[in-house]
Amino acid sequence: MPLELFLDLHSQPCRSVFMFAKKNNIQFEFKKIDLTAGQQYGEEFGKISVVKKVPVMRDGDFVLTESIAILKYLAEKFRTADHWYPADLQKRALVNEYLSWQHSAIRAHGSKIFWFRAMVPIITGAEVPKEKMDSAMEDLSASLQLFEDKFLQDRSFIVGDQISLADLVALVEVMQPVGTGVDVFKDRPKLRAWSDRVKEEMGVALFDEAHNTIMNLHSLPQTIQDKGMLEFLKPKIQKMFN
Amino acid sequence: MALELYLDLFSQPCRSVFIFAKKNNIPFEFKKISLLEGEQYGEDFGKINMLRKAPAIRDGDFTLAESIAILQYMAQKFSTPDHWYPADLQKRARVNEYLAWQHSAMRPHGSKMFWLKLMIPKVLGKEAPKEKMDGAMEDLEASLNTFLEKFLQDRPFIAGENISLADLVAIVEIMQPVGVGMDVFSGRPKLAAWRDRVRTAIGEELFDEAHQGIIRAPELVKSMDASKLEVFKAWIVKRFL
Repeated sequence: MPLELFLDLHSQPCRSVFMFAKKNNIQFEFKKIDLTAGQQYGEEFGKISVVKKVPVMRDGDFVLTESIAILKYLAEKFRTADHWYPADLQKRALVNEYLSWQHSAIRAHGSKIFWFRAMVPIITGAEVPKEKMDSAMEDLSASLQLFEDKFLQDRSFIVGDQISLADLVALVEVMQPVGTGVDVFKDRPKLRAWSDRVKEEMGVALFDEAHNTIMNLHSLPQTIQDKGMLEFLKPKIQKMFN
Repeated sequence: MALELYLDLFSQPCRSVFIFAKKNNIPFEFKKISLLEGEQYGEDFGKINMLRKAPAIRDGDFTLAESIAILQYMAQKFSTPDHWYPADLQKRARVNEYLAWQHSAMRPHGSKMFWLKLMIPKVLGKEAPKEKMDGAMEDLEASLNTFLEKFLQDRPFIAGENISLADLVAIVEIMQPVGVGMDVFSGRPKLAAWRDRVRTAIGEELFDEAHQGIIRAPELVKSMDASKLEVFKAWIVKRFL
């Protein structure tokens, strides 16, 4: 029985897992979990994962959550090329350092921009107050600056000459605000050059396939309404502002 | 030249690194960085870690930030016993799963209590708004529930029969709200039993040594000069209020 990956490509960590598996020709069944319909909160998915988030991997009777854990599991089980998660002590440490830092930096700030720009207006019918939006943009900017100054520096990829899990995870997160119309690459030639390199390594067709959903959010308002998610998502938005 | 560990034991990730190194007899120089005094913003420390956070390590000319990366580095370099970071594919995945999840769950929710209950009154001279406290409490409770329901279940430790990096990282984070007077173990016998097992596996003396600062946090913070903490005001308001 092949691996099952429970995914929704609106989600950054789903995109990294999806691309990694495809790039490495890892056979899997794509099980769509529709976040716009709240399917992650359904009873059926609850039996697979009590955390109610995506991505989730099921390999036989072994169920695993958290994209970082899933990526490392796949890398090891399927013996992917060393550069993805190098065996070398220092290189591996640098990949781990990025994968750790990003949770509360680029991931958190990029996600917030996505919610503020794409979700809040749909759900509340109002724009996010300018002060909050500006503050969130500042945080994202600061993270991107640190990314360039510390994690990338003058290297082609985060750990050196070759792409690793760190670059893949970084790029899918950077693309989230891009989907809402924020040009993060404007005035950041280094970031743009790096993202082009990562895209090329992954394969442009695969990158585009993975990002088709996030780059076409124009139908999101209608989708959310049609699936009756407005009322459901209101308290969640409220909490974000508390 | 020995490993240098730049630490402040008020910080949860510094405690996990400290405990792990000591438990495994990894020789190191303890370089104190006083976070509440802003030493992380100094020029010298900037050369060690431009992220300006603790813990950070220097091993010869190699510097590394992020406790999760540091723990895995030490485990690999010093060939620590397998149970800390098992070679077995599925066990290791369980450890990685916890280490990933906790960044945006247990860690921020526990940290927030420290800031809301202790630091906001000290720095801003007033209690944190009830609404914020209630929201933070809810989040912490939810994390503790997920910890028990998913990560621990009926196992002695997160990955099975033996303690791993996951339990170590979990316990230091859970101890943070404890330090500001929240008895998270009350009404949670399973959690208390796990804590006892972890404390025994680490060694009670070492566990207590690592936590002696945070346990006395209210008293230590009380004696601090509030004017020195002014630098945190803007950050606190932005982050929590």
